[in-house]
Amino acid sequence: MTYSKRSDGRKFDELREMEAKVGVIKRADGSAMFKIGKTTAYCAVYGPRNLYPKFLQNPLKGTLRVNYSMMPFSGSGNRVKPGPNRRAREISLVIEKAITPVLDLGEFPNSVIDIFIELPQTDAGTRCAGICAASMALADAGLAMTDLVAAVSVGRVDDKVVVDLCYDEEAYPDGPVADVPIAMLPNSGKISLLQMDGEISNEQLVKALKMGEVACKQIYEVQKAALKDKYKSTGDED
Amino acid sequence: MTAKQARQHIVKLLNKTARLDGRGFTEYRKPISIEYNISKSAEGSARVQIGETIVLAGVKMEIGQPYPDTPNQGGLMVGAELLPLSNPDFESGPPGIQAIELGRVVDRAIREAKAIDVEKLCITEGELCWVVSIDICTLNDAGNLFDAAALAALAALKNAKLPERDGKKIDYKKLTDEKLPIQRLPISVTVCKIADKFLVDPTNEEEEVIDARLTVAFMENGEICAMQKGGDMALTLADIEQMISIAAEKSNELRVVLDAD
Amino acid sequence: MGEIIVKEKDVVVPGEVIAKGMDFLPGMGTTRQGDNILAARIGLVNIDGRAIRLIPLSGQYLPRTGDTIIANVVDVNFSGWRVETNSAYSAMLNVKDATSDFVAKGADLTQYFDVGDYLVGKIVNVTTQMLIDISLRGPGLRKLGEGRILKVASSKVPRIIGKKGSMVSMIKQATDTKIIVGQNGVIWISGEDPKGELIAVNTIKKIEEEAHIPGLTDRIKSHLEQITGRQLQLQETPEGMSHNEG
Repeated sequence: MTYSKRSDGRKFDELREMEAKVGVIKRADGSAMFKIGKTTAYCAVYGPRNLYPKFLQNPLKGTLRVNYSMMPFSGSGNRVKPGPNRRAREISLVIEKAITPVLDLGEFPNSVIDIFIELPQTDAGTRCAGICAASMALADAGLAMTDLVAAVSVGRVDDKVVVDLCYDEEAYPDGPVADVPIAMLPNSGKISLLQMDGEISNEQLVKALKMGEVACKQIYEVQKAALKDKYKSTGDED
Repeated sequence: MTAKQARQHIVKLLNKTARLDGRGFTEYRKPISIEYNISKSAEGSARVQIGETIVLAGVKMEIGQPYPDTPNQGGLMVGAELLPLSNPDFESGPPGIQAIELGRVVDRAIREAKAIDVEKLCITEGELCWVVSIDICTLNDAGNLFDAAALAALAALKNAKLPERDGKKIDYKKLTDEKLPIQRLPISVTVCKIADKFLVDPTNEEEEVIDARLTVAFMENGEICAMQKGGDMALTLADIEQMISIAAEKSNELRVVLDAD
Repeated sequence: MGEIIVKEKDVVVPGEVIAKGMDFLPGMGTTRQGDNILAARIGLVNIDGRAIRLIPLSGQYLPRTGDTIIANVVDVNFSGWRVETNSAYSAMLNVKDATSDFVAKGADLTQYFDVGDYLVGKIVNVTTQMLIDISLRGPGLRKLGEGRILKVASSKVPRIIGKKGSMVSMIKQATDTKIIVGQNGVIWISGEDPKGELIAVNTIKKIEEEAHIPGLTDRIKSHLEQITGRQLQLQETPEGMSHNEG
């Protein structure tokens, strides 16, 4: 068996079409939308703000809280029941860990920064899209950061190593599949999210991660352009 | 938390026939727009924007069993979520009373107008039927979620298509060309009372100081199909008459937006 | 040899390399990593000789001793008032810093300030744990009357005030409004004519949006002259006086 052609016609190392926009939620202190293929993530950042109850406060630095959630109509099958579930809570946790290395919260002891991620439509890669949106929203909020975070899922479908798996590929019925979501700090090349499910060989994994590094750099360019676009000069008006 | 000075100021302006953002009392913010099919995962979806307020709504279709007391009818459910990403004051967790009220007010207008012919949602009497779920999610709350949510729910219904079905099994990847059996489109307008003035489409600042609000849903023939009075102050009959007549007039404006596509 | 990668007034994102080599010095909003100077947040590049700093484009207000802020009373307790400062931290206003009256222990403090009142105060103390004290002792510091509250990014406040208060006094002059600008990004505006007040609000929002575009003062002046039909003069507030006075 061999996976000779991707279900949506992409090259094996090709990302789906991306779109990014910053400042999409006016009430938030920072916000962004990141879309890749048919997966769309919105992110709003609130804070640093008061953290109650008081026992949650950390006197040494600000606290980061992430809340990932799929809108009820965003699943590829039945309606998703609203509210937190184990899956959403675990994803929230790994997103928090993916972002923490770039954030400097020393300036804001006892406070909290809330990150809310919501997905109106999904076609796999939701935690990665969420991380991409969140890092743009945090930058938009003006927080001290050492880098952005770009994320994508890599892996294998049957005999091929691929980048940015869509749902059809994750559910490929005729051969083994591995899904490896990663997040990368583009300037240092360090990895801050690494999960994997499925089956993959050592060599395939190394190859997949290398392809992921290239893909994250491409995503980073999209994030950077979206951030700069929000603040680009509109000087020649009237 | 009270906002004494804010209220005094808003009332002072209203007495000079002015609002904080310069609008007329019965003028909606601009733009009022609907974008359809914003979620490829849903069977129907829409994004409604009124000023800076943005609400998304999506329709999911499932197969269920009719209730024993209505064996020839399908199911309809409306839920609303005040997402914490849309307003710094909204909290994570199970729906609070505000979200429950919002969902129920939108549900009531759709149900009571018989917007959907629920009998046509029945597949086999007493055994199989379509269950239509409309979920409303707020993206940016800059005021007047009631009208935006009601409009988004209708737009998502209009946009929905039945997925392919084999007995009880649905193939969500394939939508048919068959639309939902929509027979009426009830339009909701909320009129707010601050001091002795009536206004529509309140901003967050105005919502904080309202005395009362009345949401009225109108069908195409001008008849009313649902109402909800909110706010802490009571209304006189004369107030109600005036609020309903403002709502009736404004509902025509919103209907043009919904009919535009 | 050192090399600057970006241009003056370019927008840079966190982690972006601004300059290479040791010829340049990292200023506010930047960090050095090895030979490079990187952006530590989103901002506009400002190169001043060898020093490179970032002008912030967004971000929360961080309370600092000496700042004059507009705060909102959120609670009244035995010894004073808790106020919200448009930041991650609330502040305390003690009775002794609020009035020269003798206030008996247990007196009803709401006769001075009640929940919901807005105050102009000065931050007199900030601890490392961000416990904050404000005071109303000083010229121009007081409870505010009825008016509208507008919130802007605190990083834009200097542009809204302008050089020696020239921008804000130009807006007041053009619109017949009273305006008080808190360094925490909270602005109080009150005018007899709702139209003038709205012009003032929209002008402040315009300044906030266009603060980073060169030629701001002239642009705002002609904008205000155009809509109000008045001839405006740029006035600087005399030395030693606050633009919030008068």
